[in-house]
Amino acid sequence: MTTTQEWKFTAKDIAAKPDLFLSGHRACAGCGPAGVLRLIMKATRGPTIVTEATGCMEVVSSIYPYTSWALPWLHTAFETAAANAAGIDAALKAMRRKGKAKQHIDIIALAGDGGTYDIGLQALSGAVERGHDFLFVLYDNEGYMNTGIQRSGGTPIGAATTTTPAGKVIPGKIEKKKPITEIMLAHEMEYVATATPYYWKDMLTKVRKGLEVEGPAFLHVFAPCPRGWRSEPAKTMEYAKLAVESCVFPVWEAINGKRQLSIPSKLIALAPQKKKPVKDYLAGQGRFRHLFTPQNKHVLDEIQRLTDERWQRLLQKCESSV
Amino acid sequence: MSSKEKGWKEISIAGVCSKSSVGFMTGDWKTYMPVRDLEKCTTCLTCVMLCPEGAIKWRPEMGKIEFDFSFCKGCGICANECPTKAIAMKLPEE
Ligand code: SF4
Ligand code: SF4
Repeated sequence: MTTTQEWKFTAKDIAAKPDLFLSGHRACAGCGPAGVLRLIMKATRGPTIVTEATGCMEVVSSIYPYTSWALPWLHTAFETAAANAAGIDAALKAMRRKGKAKQHIDIIALAGDGGTYDIGLQALSGAVERGHDFLFVLYDNEGYMNTGIQRSGGTPIGAATTTTPAGKVIPGKIEKKKPITEIMLAHEMEYVATATPYYWKDMLTKVRKGLEVEGPAFLHVFAPCPRGWRSEPAKTMEYAKLAVESCVFPVWEAINGKRQLSIPSKLIALAPQKKKPVKDYLAGQGRFRHLFTPQNKHVLDEIQRLTDERWQRLLQKCESSV
Repeated sequence: MSSKEKGWKEISIAGVCSKSSVGFMTGDWKTYMPVRDLEKCTTCLTCVMLCPEGAIKWRPEMGKIEFDFSFCKGCGICANECPTKAIAMKLPEE
């Protein structure tokens, strides 16, 4: 990383900065990903190009002839967020070489869980391996919501979707959520982090750090979806907080492979009695409603066990990397 | 929108979105609207940060926040997150 400067984003500075992701987008009321995009664009440091995979946020922000982007923005196909970023990076390098571009331009690639975990994974892996200079932001709403709430590699175990409906045959999705950040860390990237919009200051700092890296950086943002999760729109940010408090989605960052818990999760590691049971997070979300019946109690127990296991493993990894 | 249809030379190149979405008011989607109690508001700006629509504006020159009802979709996030419970969601006729 070029600088170790800690960013002090204050609420007043951020609030006064004009939006780059504009009002008038057609995301559902209470949309987590829309909140995420609006906020992360406030952490940009100068000229920026955004490219986006197909997904909810691509659709809602580019309904012809309207655009919600106050900066250059490119969409091609579902699997191509990272491939686009690689192409933009190569083009900018060529333009600089020929003297046609002088200043530095940041590149942000955005994709949902479908465009990252599943469809966009090989393009992402390739672009990272080739060392292109871009920040990839995954806004994870845990399913293909825009096409009608189908399961993705990011959908957690036990969640009901239209392709994993809870009923007599299965209690929602049977498979576990793919550990995507571990996969990205295994690429030996300079910067990998997780964040949630509820802790917006932490998230913005991570976006800025990711942009400062000369090379690829990856940020996994947890983005509740009231439509797909069948949850109350008003509770979107509350779930983004409960996910951290229950350790379902711990926040951390890894600089050159050295992993460290970020403050909201560190506080729980220091005072384990503050860790909330997963049912506090699951209750109220319609996609987990079936888990609160006697015949599915074992699934609920399994989710708690898996969450604890992943949390313990994360604690060990943070300890062993200092 | 003009009533006369545009010819092919007048429309923008396919795939290029040329108008800003701030011309598309999403405010009429809402059922409930946020109503703020000025006495309770401490201008902590939590609501400004967490509104997905950018519908709450910080006005530094006046030292206060302002709702933009032409974009507010009435999701209730601001009311849910306000630490001093200064915002209530109400039906417009209330
Ligand atoms: S969150 Fe509540 S107290 Fe803070 S600025 Fe908004 S209305 Fe005021
Ligand atoms: S109700 Fe939702 S859209 Fe309206 S101002 Fe509050 S957070 Fe923004």
